[in-house]
Amino acid sequence: MIEHVFRAEYGRAVSVLTRVLGDLDLAEEAVQDAFTTAAEQWPVKGVPPAPAGWIITTARNRAIDKLRREATGREKRAQVALLQHAPGEEVEDVPDDRLRLIFTCCHPSLALPARVALTLKLLGGLTTAEIARAFLVPETTMAQRIVRAKGKIRAARIPYRVPRDADLPERLKAVLAVVYLIFNEGYLGRPELETEAIRLGRVLAGLMPDEPEVWGLLALMLLVASRREARLRGGELVLLEDQDPRRWDADLVAEGQDVVRRCLRWNRPGPYQIQAAINAVHSDSPTDWHQVVALYDQLLVIMPSPVVALHRAVAVAETQGPEVALREVEALDLDRYHLFHAVRADLLQRLGEDPSAALEAALDLAEHPAERDLLRRRLSLAAADQQDRARDHGQHDHDPHPGGHATG
Amino acid sequence: MTQKYLLSIYQPDGDAPPPEVLGPIMANLEQLNEEMRAKGAWVFAVGLHPASTATVLKAEDDDVLMTDGPFTEGKEHIGGFTIIQAEDLDEALEWGRRLATVLSPLSIEVRPIAFA
Repeated sequence: MIEHVFRAEYGRAVSVLTRVLGDLDLAEEAVQDAFTTAAEQWPVKGVPPAPAGWIITTARNRAIDKLRREATGREKRAQVALLQHAPGEEVEDVPDDRLRLIFTCCHPSLALPARVALTLKLLGGLTTAEIARAFLVPETTMAQRIVRAKGKIRAARIPYRVPRDADLPERLKAVLAVVYLIFNEGYLGRPELETEAIRLGRVLAGLMPDEPEVWGLLALMLLVASRREARLRGGELVLLEDQDPRRWDADLVAEGQDVVRRCLRWNRPGPYQIQAAINAVHSDSPTDWHQVVALYDQLLVIMPSPVVALHRAVAVAETQGPEVALREVEALDLDRYHLFHAVRADLLQRLGEDPSAALEAALDLAEHPAERDLLRRRLSLAAADQQDRARDHGQHDHDPHPGGHATG
Repeated sequence: MTQKYLLSIYQPDGDAPPPEVLGPIMANLEQLNEEMRAKGAWVFAVGLHPASTATVLKAEDDDVLMTDGPFTEGKEHIGGFTIIQAEDLDEALEWGRRLATVLSPLSIEVRPIAFA
């Protein structure tokens, strides 16, 4: 119970207390104190009727006690006075509080890793140790990163407020990027981050229900997450086309597709919504590849990046064949991207050519263990395949154009 | 209560641009300073002589060492700065953005002032 309340209410409590106390550290400490008290009292006295309100009130009282104890300077006494005279409604949850906190954590003047860490810490309630583990950095490094970011928020006065309308689109983009980055960190093997990103996505959608891209990101995450079980088989990565659709999470698919339909009715497309729509098409097996290509065309218009073009080429291979797709792939300047080589390898293989060199190149660049395993498996399959071919080929040694070579 | 910020202007060493380039820039800068004053944001602003005219001092034991030239090596140094007061970082960054636009392609560093 307390774990559930903690996950659901930590961010809300910190955001309310930050507004009341005007300081992130004080707010965090007070909320942690309140949860410690809850862990002691709830099992004995029972869970209060409004657990979230209880946490916030207790945290506020704890903060007042603490400030009173430590009040030496005039400033702190003033702070206590302020708290005592604050009208009761001040500690109640204003829906904007969590939005304020999200926009503070994702302020563009903070480096991206700092934004991610603050968001997970302050809104998600993850511990520094948990965040450090999730991002594979030493705990001291992560602790320094968080302390530094909080110090900058305080000293440089990063405002605790929802940006004005004129700045909102850009600032919202930054927030969504942080949530999506957290999700992607969870994509291969760290499901707790995937879950946390979806939870943040739901919070955002609840707080900004009129922003289609917020829903687009939520739908995208739901649909990708629906394939979590099917994507990893005994720790091995399974590509979409090899997945068993029966292992997809039907509830997540239904919810994701439902949100995509709602986005379509808005008719204010954006990158997340289009990527969600692509995933919605994939979720109706077998995939309608013509629709996927059309959606990638739309995505390329608003997000003209070679990575998008690469994904589009994968769909083109299905509608126009591997040869057309390979031509498009090879025109892309993505030499440093492992998927570029992995896609090339696949297309070469389908054209009956040796994919080994491309697979080696992909392996050189891929970092994630599951992806590297998959590439190694493909590489050994390709080697075996080449041996078979060499044996067959030996019999047609003098034929300069072995069978099936397209001459136009 | 407002917060003061130092807006440092980083510029490459070497000769200043010719008058026909510099003239309009300085006019735009003066216009921006005027706007800062009108909005109550302007506190102080200076332009500096080239970094090559600087001298660095450092006290060690009973002695003060003296070095010819600026403190940091490199090809870019502070060419001037503006001190502003603002409600929060967003407001300071907005002025910083304006300054960077006027002085393009120079970089502007926005840094909160702890005390003065």
